[in-house]
Amino acid sequence: MLNRYPLWKSLLIIVSLALGGLYALPNLYPDDLAIQISGARSATVIDEQVLDEAVYALDQAGLSAKDVELTTKNVLVRVTNSESQLQAKAVLSDALGDKYVTALNLAPTTPDWLTNLGAGPMKLGLDLRGGVHFLLEVDMVQAVAQRLDVYVSEIKTSLRAEKLRYRAVSREADGSLRIKFMDAEVRDQARSQLKSSYSEFLMSAEDEGSAYYLLVSLNESTVREIEDYAVNQNLTTLRNRVNELGVAEPLVQRQGRNRIVVQLPGVQDTAAAKRVLGATANLEFRLEAKPGAARVATEEFTFRSNPNRKATLEKGLIISGTSVSNAQSNFDETGSSQVNIDLDSQGGKLMNRITRNAVKRRMAVVFVEHKSRIKVVEVDGQLVDQRQSYVEKSIISLATIQTALGNSFRITGLDGAGEASELALLLRAGSLAAPMYFVEERTVGPSLGQENIDLGLTSVQIGLALVVVFMLAFYGVFGVIANVALAFNLLLVAAVMSLLGFTLSLPGIAGVVLTVGMAVDANVLIFSRIKEELRAGMAPQSAIHAGYERAFSTIFDANITTLLVAIILYAVGTGPVKGFAVTLSIGIVTSMFTAVMVSRAMVNGIYGGRKITDIKIWPLFRGAGK
Amino acid sequence: MSDMKIVNFMALRKIAGAMSIALVLGALISLAVNQLQFGLDFTGGTLIEVGYEQAPSLVDVRSQLQGAGFDDAVVQNFGSEKDVLVRLGQTFNDKVGEQVLTALQSASTSSVELRRSEYVGAQVGEELTEQGGLGMLLALAIVMIYVALRFQIKFSVGAVVALVHDVIIVLGIFSIFKLDFDLTVLAAILAVIGYSLNDTIVVSDRIRENFRKMRKGTTIEIINESLTQTLGRTLVTSITTLLVLMALLVFGGELIHGFALALTIGVLVGTYSSIYVAANVLILLGITQEDLIVPPKEEVIEGEGFEEGEGFEQDLEEQ
Repeated sequence: MLNRYPLWKSLLIIVSLALGGLYALPNLYPDDLAIQISGARSATVIDEQVLDEAVYALDQAGLSAKDVELTTKNVLVRVTNSESQLQAKAVLSDALGDKYVTALNLAPTTPDWLTNLGAGPMKLGLDLRGGVHFLLEVDMVQAVAQRLDVYVSEIKTSLRAEKLRYRAVSREADGSLRIKFMDAEVRDQARSQLKSSYSEFLMSAEDEGSAYYLLVSLNESTVREIEDYAVNQNLTTLRNRVNELGVAEPLVQRQGRNRIVVQLPGVQDTAAAKRVLGATANLEFRLEAKPGAARVATEEFTFRSNPNRKATLEKGLIISGTSVSNAQSNFDETGSSQVNIDLDSQGGKLMNRITRNAVKRRMAVVFVEHKSRIKVVEVDGQLVDQRQSYVEKSIISLATIQTALGNSFRITGLDGAGEASELALLLRAGSLAAPMYFVEERTVGPSLGQENIDLGLTSVQIGLALVVVFMLAFYGVFGVIANVALAFNLLLVAAVMSLLGFTLSLPGIAGVVLTVGMAVDANVLIFSRIKEELRAGMAPQSAIHAGYERAFSTIFDANITTLLVAIILYAVGTGPVKGFAVTLSIGIVTSMFTAVMVSRAMVNGIYGGRKITDIKIWPLFRGAGK
Repeated sequence: MSDMKIVNFMALRKIAGAMSIALVLGALISLAVNQLQFGLDFTGGTLIEVGYEQAPSLVDVRSQLQGAGFDDAVVQNFGSEKDVLVRLGQTFNDKVGEQVLTALQSASTSSVELRRSEYVGAQVGEELTEQGGLGMLLALAIVMIYVALRFQIKFSVGAVVALVHDVIIVLGIFSIFKLDFDLTVLAAILAVIGYSLNDTIVVSDRIRENFRKMRKGTTIEIINESLTQTLGRTLVTSITTLLVLMALLVFGGELIHGFALALTIGVLVGTYSSIYVAANVLILLGITQEDLIVPPKEEVIEGEGFEEGEGFEQDLEEQ
């Protein structure tokens, strides 16, 4: 029968809308102010005991919590107002010590039955809740250079072992190695020797008078590998550091080939955050030089804690900071402070090989800081920033080796817990694979965030009201249908955003507003078509049917192309543009459903299956002589 | 109900064409001379927005900044009298934001609160410009391919010419009035591409349909009829979209002002271009019925629709 939906179709629509309502529902529950307690290390256990301690501490301070709950990874203390939130945080971080991290947070109040269904409120972007966004760039040139330094010593050892005499091995600025020989034949032997042991080398020969050079560079896939390793290693390190900052729901993510995004909601003190995140350091484990060792094989460093104290170290490294997988301060059996260091397997082997012949000698840990200053230079008449890197090295520990060391060892005899935790922090900070620089930073204050939410909501409401009134005035009963479809569309957008965990930002709200304006387009197309068919003399029922059928291909084409543009926007855009693209895309897809299927169901419900002589689509303008 | 009067849109097509060309040329000249006032997102640099408790005098703020060594700082109100925006050129590093805030806080008697601060490295900005341009070209290319596949290559040219027309004019207006071109404006321009395309496709769809249905009538007559038939829809959709954009423009706050403005201009220009530019290009390219030979499958659907219509006409007579 014409204009009747089969039962399954009606059920499908009802079920979709009900699900939409269900998953949009959590957004109606306002968030609670809360304090989140989590472990400073991922290994720290959060259990009932921590919860009891927290409750006790709050009781002692005369503060009352609205609710205290234990989740898998943290304890959440809900409070009633922002004043008690701040007080409670101070009390808790005091009482729990630095094994735990306390952070201000907003806790959703979604009822359990909804949470069990996987429902939760939309995430708000930094521009709506305040916080800081950093973009860090990993210095890939340095990452490759560090690896090349390792190759230099390997090549020397290998050539020496084969008794191939070389003059010098040097690293060039362009990321290649230059080996100098005095004899062409030896060079060619060396070339085939290196070729057989290093498949990742690209080699070429160069003659210059009586000097014969072998140029070695790394192939593309190896360079990629080094870069990937560097970025991933830095990601891990950054995650640990962010953890130390005590931020609820931080985001640390790779972006593109060599960048890392860090978003810290709620953080206002960017200077402090940058100090912790931006410590771009590395470590070098070296043996102290034997008395009377040759000058060329040694280097002198000062101590970080005391610039007047100096020590002479061997030039060769045992391992670098990239091998350090963890470092933690704690207490030994006698109760004095120590730092436990874990190395990766490769690092453990190297450490063992060297230290088993160096018992009773001293080993130093050198802290290497990559710093940069920005200088303005003129290039082609334009002023541009030029980053100049420089390196500062200082000793953070010099200790006697008691026994051959392996994957895990400890540094004892430290001067108190403070020094131990400082050393552990520096050791962890030093496990960056390559230096990083801040290339972008955005901070949004909390008041601006709230203001953005308010402005966004106001514009959605006013925009929606204007469209609703206009549609009513223009299309009468059909206007009501279009408006209900529009309301369902907003509901579905909210539901999809919440369910798929997309983040709502200010441009995202703008996307919703735009969707409101454009979503009625499908209904406008359908209604115009129905009007036309009526005008052409079709009976109302078949005009409705034909209107929906014939408008569909137009609606489909128009929306698909807009969707394509939105997807491109998502793919090439960053931050704000992505947020806009997400809500726009979701809005387009859901509007196709609501404007075509849902509005059809309503029209069918009102007009379907009965005889009608006239339908009113244009009450206001009907008298205007049309 | 009588047939709607067919508006002879195409009578004005030469004037409209001349106007479009003039507008595009004007926009291009302004883009070449004035260029776009690229925002921080693209140029790199530092920007700090602070909120004062009491409205400060901008002159004072400027001298305070000069005293702290920021000679080329641009100071302006942002949104309200109490909010001050400080922009610094790209020659600064990532520490400047904090320094400016400290300088202002120590110099002012009323309390100064940081509302937002942004630092963008010059290289990031450069890449973004590249990406933005690339995104726009990619959007145009994909649209062209889709329309060529779904419609016909002449429609595709018409659609893309209309889009380029719209984008250039919006960019031109931003350049003439020296409005800030930031990331959200770029997003708006891509949305304009989507919107204007939407309009153009609806019109093209009808032109195609009428070319297939109407066996008589010149190209211009058919296009006029198609434009008249879709005019109501074009206007209603433009109005609803403009209504929500007005809401954004007035109530959305300073941060998305540029976005809302670019979209508003884009929707206005896009509505015009879907009527005049796309159709004009079709006529210029000499679109004919042969270009739109109906695939057999479509015939069947049309046949069905017609039968149903007939059935109900009988229904009417019975009453």
